[in-house]
Amino acid sequence: MSYIAHFRVWRGDSNKGELVDYNVEVNEGEVVLDVIHRLQQTQTGDLAVRWNCKAGKCGSCGAEINGRPRLMCMTRMSIFDKSEALTVTPMRTFPVIRDLVTDVEFNYQKAREIPAFAPPAGVAPGEYRMEQVDVERSQEFRKCIECYLCQNVCHVVRDHEENKPAFAGPRFLMRIAELDMHPLDAADRKRAAQEEHGLGYCNITKCCTEVCPEHIKITDNALIPLKERVVDRKYDPLVWLGSKIFKRTPANA
Amino acid sequence: MSEIERHSYDVVVIGAGGAGLRAAIEARARGKRTAIISKSLLGKAHTVMAEGGCAASMGNVNSNDNWMVHFRDTMRGGKFFNNWRMAELHAKEAPDRVWELETYGALFDRTKDGKISQRNFGGHTYPRLAHVGDRTGLELIRTLQQKIVSLQQEDFKATGDYESNIKVFHECTITDLLKTDGVISGAFGYWRGTGGFILFEAPAVVLATGGIGKLFKTTTNSWEYTGDGHALALRAGATLINMEFIQFHPTAMVWPPSVKGILVTESVRGDGGVLTNSEGKRFMFDYIPDVFKEQYATTAEESDRWYTDPDNNRRPPELLPRDEVARAINSEVKAGRGSPHGGVFLDVSSRMPAEVILKKLPSMYHQFKVLADVDITKEPMQVGPTCHYVMGGVEVEPDTASSNISGLFAAGEVAGGMHGSNRLGGNSLSDLLVFGRRAGLGAANYVDGLGARPAVNEADARAAETRALLPFKNEGGENAYTVHLELQQTMNDLVGIIRKGEEIELALKKLEDLAIRTRQVVVEGHREFNPGWHLALDLRNMLLVSMCVAKAALERVESRGGHTRDDYPVMDSDWRHVLLVLSARGEDDVRLRRQEQVPMRPDLLDLFELDELKKYYTGEELGGHRAGTAGESDTA
Repeated sequence: MSYIAHFRVWRGDSNKGELVDYNVEVNEGEVVLDVIHRLQQTQTGDLAVRWNCKAGKCGSCGAEINGRPRLMCMTRMSIFDKSEALTVTPMRTFPVIRDLVTDVEFNYQKAREIPAFAPPAGVAPGEYRMEQVDVERSQEFRKCIECYLCQNVCHVVRDHEENKPAFAGPRFLMRIAELDMHPLDAADRKRAAQEEHGLGYCNITKCCTEVCPEHIKITDNALIPLKERVVDRKYDPLVWLGSKIFKRTPANA
Repeated sequence: MSEIERHSYDVVVIGAGGAGLRAAIEARARGKRTAIISKSLLGKAHTVMAEGGCAASMGNVNSNDNWMVHFRDTMRGGKFFNNWRMAELHAKEAPDRVWELETYGALFDRTKDGKISQRNFGGHTYPRLAHVGDRTGLELIRTLQQKIVSLQQEDFKATGDYESNIKVFHECTITDLLKTDGVISGAFGYWRGTGGFILFEAPAVVLATGGIGKLFKTTTNSWEYTGDGHALALRAGATLINMEFIQFHPTAMVWPPSVKGILVTESVRGDGGVLTNSEGKRFMFDYIPDVFKEQYATTAEESDRWYTDPDNNRRPPELLPRDEVARAINSEVKAGRGSPHGGVFLDVSSRMPAEVILKKLPSMYHQFKVLADVDITKEPMQVGPTCHYVMGGVEVEPDTASSNISGLFAAGEVAGGMHGSNRLGGNSLSDLLVFGRRAGLGAANYVDGLGARPAVNEADARAAETRALLPFKNEGGENAYTVHLELQQTMNDLVGIIRKGEEIELALKKLEDLAIRTRQVVVEGHREFNPGWHLALDLRNMLLVSMCVAKAALERVESRGGHTRDDYPVMDSDWRHVLLVLSARGEDDVRLRRQEQVPMRPDLLDLFELDELKKYYTGEELGGHRAGTAGESDTA
């Protein structure tokens, strides 16, 4: 049942690096992360890899396996042909720190730029009332484990460093959708989604949805509805009239 | 010697799980400049793994619930060994801490009338666990993380700098606490990414480093759980209590080997899952201990009725506290009635429709499907016990979370006492919210009351640096992985779920040998993100904590909660009031002494019936009970 697999693992740092070949034992039922750990334990103790839960819940061990963004802990070895080499490289959109570990600070910066939940005025803790059916839409997005595979695969930033300042990426546009759909959130987030966080850059190719290990329908359930809400607001004649008469600035400005 | 990066804060919180984040929120809310130090990236801490829920007696599903019922359940779960003041604070404050999360943006599952839904769990009398499907820990940590962001946004508006009052140091490990004239003055550590050293000057440190799971081979815990806080506290002169009590969660995956130990949430049983052996028998009916006879059903029929009519039926024995269920599974497997992969069967497929399973237990479905090719809507799971949680930890003052060292606080799993000899499921998330907040508050008050701030002694910082670099200077030793695997095997085999005196003595001998080998561990390569080096440093902590566990386990000659002695199988009232206290003796040894528990306040003791207390207490301890002299003459 055990066999020797041929792994090609990217080794290096922010300056340079290369694919290094390893032959390593694989046992029944193992995932790619098990094999990477075996390399650490038996062949190369300084191989850098980021991981925590090893159960698909923390989103730490994202990498590109044969070019496809995946969680190493949830990728079974049995899906690959035993005779073929398996190539493991770091996520391409983020700068490499060492080996398979990338600097994902971009995502923490973007997280900080999304205005936080705005509690409803006059509702005391313990008095929040929401229907299950109303919280479910946002709950789907809160399943996100922040592995950043969607951020990594999104073509808006994958090979376009210049777009990074203006684009929050699917994960954080979804965060805006989540807050906008929260039954008790008091803020209006639609204008900022478009003008400050780059919703318009997204042309719904669904790459993010395809790589999501939590199977969140990012494009269909978050990004497209958010785009529709933005459009509704922009072209709503009453809103337009109101903003002219009362010189109202958008709630989020 | 290289240049050491320096920072100055009011409060340094070590650990970015639920307890650490909640402590930091509180310290910042009290106007303290706060640093959060995280071994991993923010949002990845072990709290994320909690599945079932957060216990709080909000009474949303059954209005009979209140803090007194929760308090009683917690004390029973811990076999009356808990620090009763902690259990009292916890039961009283948990609802406010959960409601507060909603104001931070948390979205729990709802009841029909729009309140937070609550689910059944082992040892809890009423449905009590606020939850989000089976990913409650993720909701909790993300909510706290997002609250931190919102505080940073407030600071940005005021100062133009997001990090002016609260800053997260990701992927940064603390290796030493620094003291000056006997009080905390700072903390020393390294950046995992660059290997550069970093020094925090701070009068208050909150330990929120979680547990010690990586001492054991089979564990639900991630690589981070290396007992860092326990060891830092010991080396700083603080004391640990209850280290013999380790919770083995009854249900973890047992196959395939690479996923052995991954948690299968107790919600599976709370929502109706049953345990059976290879003969198809629901064996838990055979394992109801005397102390719980009144509260648990004795037939399958009554058990099944309980799900729809809990007021008139007793609960199924699958929902006994975790220590009982884990021991029962262990006994079944030992008796040759286990499943093909060495566990027992846990089945929901015959108990509820597939769509209900997918709705209530989505991540369990996903986990088994992807990792084991098992469809839990169609076939039973195979499960067995695994190391999950340490009840023991830093001895703290309940109200302030302060250790016996001025300026050092501890909250969450790293603190000891709250859960006694066994923690109830769902009491961990509530523990870290209640005592995370209290530790943040305690640290802030301590800083307010301080005159001059203690200055870090430069020589101590240099000594910490030398110590951290030792594995690069060693020659001829083994690599850290080899020594770690042997440590885990030793603890698993000799100080595991069922213990014997002679085996623990053997473990202690092996630990002495491993201590020498740990000092000689060699690291290859560079300092940038070098996991071999990181493990070498963590290994020292694991070794020291292993000694604590083994010494306390050898000393306690009874069986109680998460400490089962094959050679002393009975729970002994004379041991109920005895705490085993551990302190450091040099770099890698510990000393143990006995200490009396503080007797429970009479008004709390009166929350129990005398007949129940007699099962746990010695006669002379019960004189103060409301039943008064009648009680004394009964026990005489």
